[in-house]
Amino acid sequence: MKFVAVTSCPTGIAHTYMAAENLEQAGKAAGHDVQVETQGSAGTVALSDDAIAAADGVIYAADLEVKGKGRFAGKPYIDVGVKKAVHDGPGVIAAAVAAVENAPKAGTPEAAAMAAAAPAASSGATTRNVGFGTKVRQWLMTGVSYMIPFVAAGGILIALGFMFGGDGVVAKTYGGTFEGVTYTNIAGSLPVGFPDGQSFDTLLTQGGFAGILFVLGKIAFLLLVPILSGFIAFGIADRPGLVPGIVGGLLASVLGAGFLGGLISGFAAGAIAYYMTRLRVPKGVRGVMPVVVIPLVSTFVVGLFMIFVVGKPVAALTTWLTDWLTGLGGTTAIALGVILGLMMGFDLGGPVNKVAYTFAAAGLTTAIATTGGGPALQIMAAVMAAGMTPPLGMALATAVRGKLFTEAERDNGLACWLLGASFITEGAIPFAAAHPLRIIPSTMVGAAVTGGLVMAFGSELRAPHGGFWVIPLISQPFLFILAVAIGTVVTAAMTILLMGLDAKKTEEIAEYEDATEGVAA
Amino acid sequence: MTDLITEDLVILDLVATDKVDATRQLAQKLKAAGRVTDLDGFLADVAAREAQMATGMPGGIGLPHARSDYVTVPSLGLARVPAGVDFGAPDGPATLVFLIAAPTGGGSEHLTILAALARRLVRPAFRQTIIDAPDAAAVASYVQGEVGGQ
Repeated sequence: MKFVAVTSCPTGIAHTYMAAENLEQAGKAAGHDVQVETQGSAGTVALSDDAIAAADGVIYAADLEVKGKGRFAGKPYIDVGVKKAVHDGPGVIAAAVAAVENAPKAGTPEAAAMAAAAPAASSGATTRNVGFGTKVRQWLMTGVSYMIPFVAAGGILIALGFMFGGDGVVAKTYGGTFEGVTYTNIAGSLPVGFPDGQSFDTLLTQGGFAGILFVLGKIAFLLLVPILSGFIAFGIADRPGLVPGIVGGLLASVLGAGFLGGLISGFAAGAIAYYMTRLRVPKGVRGVMPVVVIPLVSTFVVGLFMIFVVGKPVAALTTWLTDWLTGLGGTTAIALGVILGLMMGFDLGGPVNKVAYTFAAAGLTTAIATTGGGPALQIMAAVMAAGMTPPLGMALATAVRGKLFTEAERDNGLACWLLGASFITEGAIPFAAAHPLRIIPSTMVGAAVTGGLVMAFGSELRAPHGGFWVIPLISQPFLFILAVAIGTVVTAAMTILLMGLDAKKTEEIAEYEDATEGVAA
Repeated sequence: MTDLITEDLVILDLVATDKVDATRQLAQKLKAAGRVTDLDGFLADVAAREAQMATGMPGGIGLPHARSDYVTVPSLGLARVPAGVDFGAPDGPATLVFLIAAPTGGGSEHLTILAALARRLVRPAFRQTIIDAPDAAAVASYVQGEVGGQ
């Protein structure tokens, strides 16, 4: 077998090295390969990554805190203290062999659970003996766990803005016409600054207290994708990933690529930064690599990548989808409702969702200005109802089957009741980002059902947003609520079904996340 | 760099009542050679280290050691104790006592030498050669050669 060991002692001049020698000799005598990292006064020569990766087990013969313990996460280990290694090398080796033999085989749930429980603090999320798929999920979870508070705080602030300000709060802050009055855009440049020399006073005068709540929520939401992207990259590459990840995520936001764009930027940034940290560079340059060279180069590369490889196709897709929707004259109302629902539920605030929403909102504005009613109002109602079901579906799923979700997700699920009721589709993003293949189909189907039902019921809506807070502006409100409820149940049922298919893995991830949260705290 | 050990620092037939006495006798050699500036101060540092964990090693070795402000150059005092003296090792009294004196500051070069010494102590052949050596000069030159200092 192959072992790696760490030895250390209080003075760092005697036991550390005697233990190291003893383990190497005892290992050799028993036919095992033992590589020792002596964390003593003479400085530490770190074990190579290859040696750690190849090791079957780890021996801690250390009386001091082991440096870089995260490197060994997930491997079977024994912790004997330095004295035992000095006095009884063969005994320690025998114990280490037994520990490896008794350890769960790699790839089994028990092994993954051990990896999860191991103190993987130093590098965030990289454990070395797990499959690539599990790693990807862990990186996703890292990003999502940091994003969830932004979703909850921003979403609730926005919901409070609607509660206190009604649906007029949007026009009063970001400009537009509401009840015949045209408002200027006073918050559009926040948080960078106010447009046209305006100030907080004008914001307060025009938008009121509700406006401030709304704007603060919007600012928190602006950070949602950058944080997701940044901390996915952080999970992959540790600190060097943070800058390219956050900048790439901000670009994804600004370019309208949504959270799916943020996933792309996060993984791209993490991969580039990780690769760069592994580059062998001359000693003179090494010092400035993590603070200057890696952030600089990786940000530049990820920025170009987002603008040209992600941004342009997203813009083209948006144009194409808009043209396609506008040209859909011949379809029945119900089919249109289903299509809009599928779009609303797909990327939850991303480009496809935005096209469907803009299509409805633009139609609404025109209809109110010209005919004062008609099918455009039904389309608006269908789009809003469909957009409410993803977060409501997540709220219901977490309430019914909490075991399938992490603690942070269950908390986010609670907030989702309010976010869904307020038509803040983004509330479902943490779920969709963490388990895209299981959540996105669920939110699409649920939203499609609701979209089709609202068109069938013929409810009309005279406001472009607001959720249940604008119920007075909805015709046949009870049928509208029924449609939302049915879509919510469909979303939740499908979510539970798809998550349950892979329940074992989900629970491991839940344990892993709870473990890392404990460390982070 | 000054040799870690010279023949002045070797006691071939030490008679000691206990480990404190053995350590003191070796420390006096270091003091006489000008490698330790304050005998009692240095011994206090050694005792403090000894209190953390007994330094008796398997194979009949006592290894009192300290990094101390009173040490001028990295030094090794070595005593053969035919009658043995208890250093708290589980397998019996020590017949070889190594007193390692390291300065607190300074580069890591001398620490590398001490690390090499510590690794040698584990090897039976190293211990046997010291026990079989004809005189103090032979002990000193063998140890010095083994740990790689010139």
